This record gives sequence, C-alpha cells and structure tokens, in this order.
Amino acid sequence: MSVDSSTVKKVASLARIALTDAQADALVPELNSIIGWVEQLGEVDVAGVEPMTAVIPNHLRLREDVVTDGAIRDKVLANAPQAEHGFFAVPKVIE
Amino acid sequence: MTELTDLTLAEIRDGVARGGFSAREVAQAFNAAVEAGRPLNAYIVETPEKALEAADAADKARAAGDLKPLSGVPLGMKDLFCTEGVQTSAASRMLEGFTPTYESTVSAKLWQAGAGMLGKLNLDQFAMGSSNETSHFGNVVSPWKGKDGKELTPGGSSGGSSAAIAARLCPAATGTDTGGSIRQPAAFTGIAGIKPTYGRCSRWGVVAFASSLDQPGAMARTVRDNAILLEAMAGFDPKDATSLDLAVPQLEAGLSSSLKGKKVGIPKEYRPDGLNAEIAALWDRGVEWLKDAGADVVEVSLPHTRYALATYYIIAPAEASSNLARYDGVRYGLRDLPDGAGLQDMYAATRAAGFGDEVKRRILIGTYVLSAGFYDAYYTQACKVRTLIARDFAQAFEQCDVLLTPTAPSAAFALGEKKADPLEMYLNDVFTVPASLAGLPAMSVPGGLSSEGLPLGLQIIGRPLDEQGVLNAALALEERAGFAARPEKWW
Repeated sequence: MSVDSSTVKKVASLARIALTDAQADALVPELNSIIGWVEQLGEVDVAGVEPMTAVIPNHLRLREDVVTDGAIRDKVLANAPQAEHGFFAVPKVIE
Repeated sequence: MTELTDLTLAEIRDGVARGGFSAREVAQAFNAAVEAGRPLNAYIVETPEKALEAADAADKARAAGDLKPLSGVPLGMKDLFCTEGVQTSAASRMLEGFTPTYESTVSAKLWQAGAGMLGKLNLDQFAMGSSNETSHFGNVVSPWKGKDGKELTPGGSSGGSSAAIAARLCPAATGTDTGGSIRQPAAFTGIAGIKPTYGRCSRWGVVAFASSLDQPGAMARTVRDNAILLEAMAGFDPKDATSLDLAVPQLEAGLSSSLKGKKVGIPKEYRPDGLNAEIAALWDRGVEWLKDAGADVVEVSLPHTRYALATYYIIAPAEASSNLARYDGVRYGLRDLPDGAGLQDMYAATRAAGFGDEVKRRILIGTYVLSAGFYDAYYTQACKVRTLIARDFAQAFEQCDVLLTPTAPSAAFALGEKKADPLEMYLNDVFTVPASLAGLPAMSVPGGLSSEGLPLGLQIIGRPLDEQGVLNAALALEERAGFAARPEKWW
C-alpha cells in the first residue's frame, strides 16, 4: 500500500490537522517509507494468535458507584483559551 | 570537601540525616548548577524556590527527628508530569503556558517523600523522539563531546533528564519510557535508568503518548539511587486503570550483587550482522562480568525480535493519534482561530500550529493505520505480532532469570545527524522496543567508553514484576564496570 497526496490530505482531515499542498506533498515520501517498512509485519504467521489487549495480566477493577470528584469548575476552566460565564466558549456552530 | 553536586542521591539523603551538611546547602548548590547549566538547555522551567522550600522542610524535619525517605533530595522532573501551579508543556507549543491545577500521582509521591523540585526537564515533544531534537523549546545538548567537538544528542525522549544528571544539574530525575525513552538517553550520557514493569508506576497526570506502553521510571548515576527513587515513585493508584494493585518491594534493602544460582540469557537475535564492533565487545565484557558475579550464562532465542520495531511504529502512533485527539483548542492549550473560522477549521488550525513535524507525522501514521479498510491489516496484525513478541520473552524466561543486551546500537550521535530521515531515527530503538512491547522491567547501566570517549550502556531485561532481579544484575555490572568517567565541563 502506498499513499499519494490526496490520501495524505484525507488522513490529515480525519486527524483535524490543516496542511498546505506543499506540506502534503512533502509528507508523501516520508509516510510511504514508514508505511512500506511496517508492512513487513504482513509476512508473520499469526494464525491462531490473539491480538494483545493487556501486556501484564490485570483485571479491570470496579469501584463504588459514588461521586468522588466535582465542584471544581474554576479549576477545570482555568486553562481554557476562552471561558465565559462558567463555560468553555467556542466559535458559533450553525449547521 | 567534595562538591555537593557530585554526591549521589543516597549520599545526599544520608548526609542530611547525619548533619554533615544542610538540605538548604544542597538545594543552593544545585540551584546554582542549574543556572550555570543553561547552555545545555536541559530545563524548560527552573523552580529554585520549590527546591529551597522542600530543603527547609527537610532541615526542620531533621531537627524534629522526622525525616522522610527523600528528605533533602532535590530532583529534576521530566516536563511530561503534571505539576500543580508549574507549567507542564510536554515540550510542545500546544501546551506552552499550560499550568495544571493538579499534581501527577508520581510527582505527588515524591514530594510526599520529602523531595524537592529543581525544575521541569526538557524532552522530545510529547515524548516522541530519540534525540531530543523535536522539543518546541530547542534541542538539549549533551554535556559529553566527541573528539571532533560536535554537539551530541543526550538521547530521547528523556534527554533533559539524562543531560541534567550527567552534568550534575540534579542528582536524579524522573523519566518516562514508551519505547526506550529512559534507557537510550541513560546509555548515551553514562548514567543508569530503569523502566519498571508496565503498571508499577501510575500514569495518572502524565501527558499521554501511547498508553499501553507509557511507563514512568527512574534515572540517576547509580543503581542504588535508581532503586531508592523507583521505590518512592511506584505503587498502586486507583486513578490509573492499568495500575497494578501490588505492594512495592523494598528495592534498596533488597540490593545484592551476588548472582550465584542465577541464569543470564543472551538473546542471539540481538547480535545482527553489522553490529557495531565496540558494542559487541562491551556486550562480551558484560557476559564475563555477570559470570564473575556468579551467574550462569545461556543462549536464548527471541525469534520475533526483528519485527518489534515495525510493531511498535504501528501501535505507538495509533495510540498517539487517539490520545492526542484531546488537543482541540477548547479546554486547554493553544487555540488558533483564523478570522471567520468555524469549529472544524479551528480544530485543524490549532493542531497545525500546536504540533511539531514529528508529532504530526505520528498522528497521521496512526490515523492511517486505524482508518476504515486498513485497521485489520495494520493495527490488528501488529497487536497479534505483539502477542508473539511477549510469548518469546515468556519462553526465554523459562531458561533464565534476566537477559543481557546492549542498550543502543551505537554511542550518542551528533545533533542533526539523523534528523533528515525519520526511519533511520526509529532504528535507534532496536534493542529497547521489544521489552516495552512486552511490558517488562528493563534497565540501562554504563558499561564503558567508546574509542571516541563516549559512554556505552548495557541493558538488563527482567521477568514481569522482577525489578529487584534487574537492579541486582545491574548492580553486579556496575561494580565490575567501575564506570567513573564524567563529561568535562564546557558550559
């Protein structure tokens, strides 16, 4: 598999990263060299092998269903680029 | 009298306890070293007042007979750990100015143990890199120099940590290791560093890169200091879903360099054709040192080793693309809002401006391998090969207790030398990535110098949860290597 400039732009749009045409063109050979290299994994026989989900066997814990946090609105908003009236503010969204 | 900045963590702790010097004197000496060390660019933020505050508390605690395990010890903190009220940037433009309103579990444990903070240490941006050249705040320069006098990499991603320790700008520091980010920088700068078993140290409050691989660990000049620091960092944390609910072993008390009855495995796949002759020779010396410590040596096979790097460079970018989706210009970090832009354009502009080239490259690779139609061929396949790599280790550990390998395929390279080709940079992690994929504890210790006069490291890899076995084998190497070289001060 190899990518071209339009694939790079599509992937960048999925990842929400703005790219200029020149940036997309420059990424084509870089990404192709990495993707071409990782494709060697295709030759490994993985018949009957389960994909790893936990590197050290560990069970997911459950905890009491009680509130353990909260009432820290100002702390949550402290690093927001734009906070107004106790909310995160974003540009107008009209569909 | 020895300079206070030349003391090890253990010597500082014990000296403060005995009253040979005050914690304040230690903090002042390191604060001055940090300031004088600015040409190395190891620290992004200096916090001399925090170091003094903890030192004064330590001096009071001594007077009251109430010393804690790390009382009087000033530390460097990798700038990937959130520190309340102190900028935590992950060396990115995206998080420049981000000031957490909370403390990471690991750093909180260290402050509770009495340690003080000298500052936040530089790193590769979002811990993505092997040379500390991707930081938004500039390269860290190694205190070591080759014969040609060129500026060298301190390794990455924990390059600020490794450079600061080697240059005596802190006695010890935290690191994080995703594919070798503690061990490779330790090897490049002639210090020791341990990545514990995945789940030993909490990831809570550590800026995430690849969550199934990320693991905090310790870095310092000696094996004993690593044991002390790791013991203070480790422990169960209900706030981290993959934290291991196990008691922390008394690692310092358990140190013993006698390896009688232990078996050391030498993985034959780690000796590829064309392995650097100096690295191979050091490895052979390491084998002799462990035999001298009483161990038996056996050859073992890890047949899927050659696929580890490719597996890593699918899994790590895939997890990164998901983790870094949180940087959207809404809740924290940079916002770039072009005139008249809508929400989607704001996301794309913010992420274009806030992420560096290597971070973008990995997010794009990760997005690609997770995208519809490619997911199984890349990501699922990589997760299956990861199972096989972990199985190789489990089988090897039926025949031996620890593994001995080189840490890196070469000594430190010059800044700029590998920057042009991302793939060539990735290959530098060849010996460290497999243990990361298998979640195993692994440590680098200095073994000697190259013909260029640069440090070379040896790596010990252990069974899951056997940090003690790793530290003990590393101690046996340290005692025999007698590594006493230090960089000449030019800064």
